[in-house]
Amino acid sequence: MNHAVSAAILIAAMSIVTILLRALPFLIFHRHTPDYIIYLGKVLPAAIIGMLVIYCLKDVSVLRAPYGLPELIAGTAASGIQIWKRNSLISILAGTVLYMVLVQQVF
Amino acid sequence: MNSEVVKKAFIRTIPVMAGYLVLGTGFGILLRNSGYEVPWAFAMSLFIYAGSMQYVGVSLITAGASVITVIFTTLMVNARHLFYSISMIDRYRDAGCYKPFLIFELTDETYSLLCDDPGPEGLDVNQYRFFVSLFNHGYWILGSVLGSLLGSVLPFSTAGIEFSMTALFITSFTEQWLTASDHVPALTGLLTTLGCLIVFGSTYFLIPAMLLITLILTLRRNHGNPKEGES
Repeated sequence: MNHAVSAAILIAAMSIVTILLRALPFLIFHRHTPDYIIYLGKVLPAAIIGMLVIYCLKDVSVLRAPYGLPELIAGTAASGIQIWKRNSLISILAGTVLYMVLVQQVF
Repeated sequence: MNSEVVKKAFIRTIPVMAGYLVLGTGFGILLRNSGYEVPWAFAMSLFIYAGSMQYVGVSLITAGASVITVIFTTLMVNARHLFYSISMIDRYRDAGCYKPFLIFELTDETYSLLCDDPGPEGLDVNQYRFFVSLFNHGYWILGSVLGSLLGSVLPFSTAGIEFSMTALFITSFTEQWLTASDHVPALTGLLTTLGCLIVFGSTYFLIPAMLLITLILTLRRNHGNPKEGES
């Protein structure tokens, strides 16, 4: 089979599966949302954000140099600035710039 | 169209802009170096719009993987999107004509911007969600097309800029912690996922973590959580 055609088919497969995963809960609970799902909707966001924090850090090794130190320092800084200023734009930019300095210049 | 909504939405998405432009560029470069040029980068970023899946997708396409393999890999890598949708059912209930688009746009980053955001006061929240979603998708497409055009690394060092995504989640976590009265859901998500990462390793930990988080939060509800209903 032609390379372009097979690549297009694979891209379509990835797209359709991703769309289905995103749409499925909405389709299932289209008419009536059980209390249980409403409860999950209340408690899941905090849990998911916690999950995403770990997901982002999954390839960081604490056993090899630099032992996750850039992530620890920059992550603590972002969190600390958020507690202090309550402005996520400032916290994220400061944390990111600090991380870039750490991985490019320090570690 | 209210320009105030567009402005507020744009400001909200600035942190994602940095991350998406750079990660998108990385994706475009990778795809280009695998022999697929601009139209492919554009199509993948438009129709799939899932960062890590697109990176995996490049290797699937170049390896000539079967459709079945691609379907199962996509299910594994993107299963977390089920989670996002479940928790947005109630919030997107009255989104009207924006709803299909908002659902399609639920990436990790868009989700974390919108899951706890009631929108700017006095403005149409669904229009705001629409523009936040649209801007993010735009950055992602722009980044991948740029990477595809450049075909090689940028002339200045962007090493570490991908941390903006991590910083986004850490900041959201902190903000949620400060506003929530009940910290059990946040701790459940953080510690369960960490435990699963240690036990199952970085390739397979996400689905067990999702199941376990759901189980723990379900058990907690069934055992009479006194705070239920607040929020």
